[in-house]
Amino acid sequence: MKFFRDYFIPRIIQYVLVIFCGITAVFFIPRLTGQDPVLEIISQIQAQGASLDASAVNSLMKTLKELYGLEGSLLEQYIITWKRVFTLDFGPSFFQFPTPVSDLLRTYLPWTIGLFVTSTLLSWIIGNMMGGIAGYFSHKKWSKILDAVIMVVRPFPHYIFGILVLILFAYVWQLFPAGGMMLGRKTILNWNFILTILRYSFLPALTLVLLGGAVWFQQMKLLVQNVKREDFVQYAHIGGVKEKYIIFGYVLQNAMLPQITQLALALGQVFSGVLIVEMVFSYPGVGLLLYRGVTRGDYNLVMGITVLSILTITTAVLILDLVYPLFDPRIRHK
Amino acid sequence: MGILKDLFKDYRFAVGFILLVFLFFLVLASFFSPYDAIKWLQVPRDKPPSWFHILGTNSKGQDVFWEATFSIRNSLIIALIAGLISRLIAVLVGFVAGYKGGISDRILMGLTDGLLVIPLFLILVLVAMLLKEAMTLINTGFLLAFFGWAWDARTIRSQVLSLREREFTQTSILSGNGTLSLVTKEYLPLTIPLIFSTLINNIAWAIGMEIVLAILGLVPLAIPTLGTTLQWAITYQAILLGHWWWILTPVVLTILLLVALYWFSVSVSEYLDPRIRIQRIGVK
Repeated sequence: MKFFRDYFIPRIIQYVLVIFCGITAVFFIPRLTGQDPVLEIISQIQAQGASLDASAVNSLMKTLKELYGLEGSLLEQYIITWKRVFTLDFGPSFFQFPTPVSDLLRTYLPWTIGLFVTSTLLSWIIGNMMGGIAGYFSHKKWSKILDAVIMVVRPFPHYIFGILVLILFAYVWQLFPAGGMMLGRKTILNWNFILTILRYSFLPALTLVLLGGAVWFQQMKLLVQNVKREDFVQYAHIGGVKEKYIIFGYVLQNAMLPQITQLALALGQVFSGVLIVEMVFSYPGVGLLLYRGVTRGDYNLVMGITVLSILTITTAVLILDLVYPLFDPRIRHK
Repeated sequence: MGILKDLFKDYRFAVGFILLVFLFFLVLASFFSPYDAIKWLQVPRDKPPSWFHILGTNSKGQDVFWEATFSIRNSLIIALIAGLISRLIAVLVGFVAGYKGGISDRILMGLTDGLLVIPLFLILVLVAMLLKEAMTLINTGFLLAFFGWAWDARTIRSQVLSLREREFTQTSILSGNGTLSLVTKEYLPLTIPLIFSTLINNIAWAIGMEIVLAILGLVPLAIPTLGTTLQWAITYQAILLGHWWWILTPVVLTILLLVALYWFSVSVSEYLDPRIRIQRIGVK
């Protein structure tokens, strides 16, 4: 019970607070810009050559305001926004009118979550393992070479690294398709389908794992170099504990814990990276949807993506924080 | 001069420094460009690199090399505005939260943590989408500054927290120094190395972000930046048509710039970190 009162409940309260602040920010920040998406769309329509008389403009404005939840006072709009968050109903999309935004998100989000979860887990595990081992043997030649390679990869932004991978493995050396996986209405789960997914997801996942792994590698290497010098490790050496056991049982396990907290903190940025990489490879996820939404000025869609991403990330961080005690003996034994 | 000599012993500093000097000369060269930065059809289109156009020409009829010099300059302008202004916010938030503590610390850090958890990139895109018509180089910088301070405010705060616990803080307060003079005269010089390294990281982040905003068409596409150059090359199918000189120029320049900045900042902050310096002397 003590665990519930001291850890679980405060964490849930924080979760609710962050979502509240996030949605409130999404509501207010666009309004601070003083720009009106409704006027923008009308001017877009007029720029395309359609002639609208005054009454048509008025009725159009009214419909658009209703669609965007921009009717009434600020408070009323705020309440409408929350209603949309709770029902996950963001009105119709503009670029695939009149498909509801929630329908689009339902088709695209699973792909993003699949890529996000696999690539984050892989990069975290691989990066930390390699960083840990390289940190433990930091005086060895191969460790220094690996470190130098990581130093080059680390500063690459997601888009640029993605483009390089795309050019290399899809155009110069045509190993993988350059994106454009089609989403069928019905997906039949068979061996062929899984192979197709793997073929199309490999390059985006590779980009994310290498870039993410580089960050974990460096952090873990630094941590392990410090843990290695601690007394209990020296003691284990003198006590004749096998080196393999010291590395995995003593050093890595201890250095792993802060990395879980780091992962929780970095998840928002990692998710942004996933969206950007999806754009490069035209991977059928939320990132591609975002690209289409932005380039076509689809305000409802971008709003829906933002709200849903906030919910996804905060929930992922919450889950991570709640399973953290399972790994941390200090909390576990209480 | 001794400092520079020490720094140059680190290969990362040497490479980073030389690359930065090279890129700086490219920026200078942009002022002597024989071509206009924005006009189309100034040279024959789609020519591979030759003696007259060392990096070839693009489908818009511009010289790729001279466009590149403009694009580095403009990208750096955006990144510098973003970096410097977000440093102001980060330092202010970090110092107030760290020094005042208590309720203001909790409010400011709550806000910062909230910003960190949210995928900020999406809110940035949302705002840029609304401001699309009003976006200029300077505005892009401001927008990035507004969203790029949270992580660094946290880092600066923890540094100030540890400084506050040190004895010289008490000495200074007991000798009758005001808060403002304590903070600006004692704390600021000690946190400058940290602020500098966060500045470099932030500049790198802003350059990467500008590229994504350009791909989304949210910055003025007529003005050459690293992002818009890439965006035009992709729009004109430069990869598919094999115009490698066009698409690779912004890609390679971005990589050179970011690797140079990163190596420069890592080596300088390692040099300034006394713990690592002692290690280095010990090894020799």
